[in-house]
Amino acid sequence: MNRILEEKIVKLFLFITAITAVFSVLLIGIFVFIEGMPIFFKYGITDVLFGSVWNPSNQVYGIWPMIVGTIYVTFIAILIGAPMGIGVAVYLVEIANKRIAAIIIPAVELLAGIPSVVYGLFGMFAVRSVIANLERGPLADYLPANYQTGYSVLTAGIILAIMILPTIINISIDSLKVVPREYKEGSLALGVSHWQTIYKVLIPAAKSGIITAVILGIGRALGETMAVIMVIGNTPLVPAFDWTGIFAPARSLTANIALEMGYAGPEHQQALFATGIVLFVFIIILNSLTTLLVRRKGGK
Amino acid sequence: MKTNVTKKLYSGAVLTVLAFSLVLTGCGGNNNGGNNGQSSTNTATNSPASNTESTPNAETPTASGTVTIAGSTSVQPLAEELGTFYMGVNGDARIEVAGGGSGAGVKAAQSGTADVGMASRELKDDETGIEAVVIAIDGIAVVVNKDNAAADLTSEQVKDIFNGTIKNWSEVGGNDANIVVVNREEGSGTRDAFKELVLGEGDFVAEAIIQNSTGAVREAVSQDVTAIGYISLGGLNDSVHAVKVDGVEATEENIKQGTYPISRPFNFLLNEASEPTDITQAFIDYVLSPEGQAVVADHGYVTVE
Repeated sequence: MNRILEEKIVKLFLFITAITAVFSVLLIGIFVFIEGMPIFFKYGITDVLFGSVWNPSNQVYGIWPMIVGTIYVTFIAILIGAPMGIGVAVYLVEIANKRIAAIIIPAVELLAGIPSVVYGLFGMFAVRSVIANLERGPLADYLPANYQTGYSVLTAGIILAIMILPTIINISIDSLKVVPREYKEGSLALGVSHWQTIYKVLIPAAKSGIITAVILGIGRALGETMAVIMVIGNTPLVPAFDWTGIFAPARSLTANIALEMGYAGPEHQQALFATGIVLFVFIIILNSLTTLLVRRKGGK
Repeated sequence: MKTNVTKKLYSGAVLTVLAFSLVLTGCGGNNNGGNNGQSSTNTATNSPASNTESTPNAETPTASGTVTIAGSTSVQPLAEELGTFYMGVNGDARIEVAGGGSGAGVKAAQSGTADVGMASRELKDDETGIEAVVIAIDGIAVVVNKDNAAADLTSEQVKDIFNGTIKNWSEVGGNDANIVVVNREEGSGTRDAFKELVLGEGDFVAEAIIQNSTGAVREAVSQDVTAIGYISLGGLNDSVHAVKVDGVEATEENIKQGTYPISRPFNFLLNEASEPTDITQAFIDYVLSPEGQAVVADHGYVTVE
């Protein structure tokens, strides 16, 4: 009897702990929505979501530049980071010998531990000057003056790509290792070369895990604030929609909140919460996508 | 076997307690940053001691009570520091500082909502019913990269650079390069002051890069030969070069004499009609005393005599 009671109590405690997690998410979500919704009602959802001017001092709250900025930066980060991450994962699982792996794996783990402010500093000092030299040298004639500062979507994208590498690498490695050995052995036995086995058999087999890794990377890139603030320029203007746009200074949704929350008046604060709502919606969409993809692949 | 289950029970209980305590500490309100915490610890240690003997300086009177201060967000950090130091000297005092902007500070002092209002500018002609006590002067330095040839600008040129009229360094005596304007974020008190003092009615150029602190602006300018920005004088160091405005350097002496144009007073505003309470007067006396002004100087502001 005593043992059964103790078991029940332990299970109850753990259940309460788990409920706390659900409770926290609900609390944060409800709080953000309640604080931010009044702005949408006051100024109209389309005006706020798609307005291109963000000027709180004159009561103009258009979030569109920040939405474009966030999507653009995340896109660049994934474009650079996903292939690199998957490549490193493939190399570590399939090709590297023990000695090389022993160097690369700790390096990746170290990358994961570096605080985002340090990434921001690195971006400000190193990446920005390289991009600025590129902008002011060969590309000077093609870019407008304010795209030549070095603070740009591209700089932020590069930094974010490095930041999401550990996430993508670790999960891709796990999903590659779970692929049954028989697939690889069967493929090699049929005479397919190692590289062809990797990209025609192993990677497709690990596809759902790799996609999950990329989506988690997107999630991290969406939420990154400090490093982005330091390198993206924070100009609340929509980047041009042609190839020069990646050199434009922009502002992300998270940067918007972090920059202005400290001194915001009541209505300004509501507008910042509205920015938070948009972020929340992005993340909900992203998570639903992950769940859908995992479920469709049979929970692999 | 009983010990195994007991262990599980124990660790489960510890985990839950930890989780709850983390949640609760996170929820605990933080109204005025350090102020609430400070005053409670200080009252505990100071009240048993005799009032007139334990205070280090004989001039500091030991009135008791709460002083509410509200207004400019630029003055707010300095006021909070002064409050903390004062509460360390006078254990029966409680100084509560809130923001809201200089405009809100004026209204609070006029209506009596706060004991003291804060404003980071001169009072306007139509702001009657209150008197201003200057507690510090804040200078704003215009900074450029150390390798930048332009070292002396007129206030007209500074205005035109920051509102986007002048776009190239060659127009103001530098090399042929685009000017990269580094601005502060929308809510910054420094930005508001600079806008009022330099730009007047105009607005900052829309394409300016925005950084979110004096330090970040300094870093941005020190990294880029073509950048220009503005920082609080207290944040000036060797990594950047402060230009002379109208031929006057940005130093404390020039600000005191009024020759450097970009400076603003930090004002404590008192209601003219009613007398300040004992504790309010005591706090203001402390702020204007040598100890208070030492705190002002430590934080990079210019003292008042």
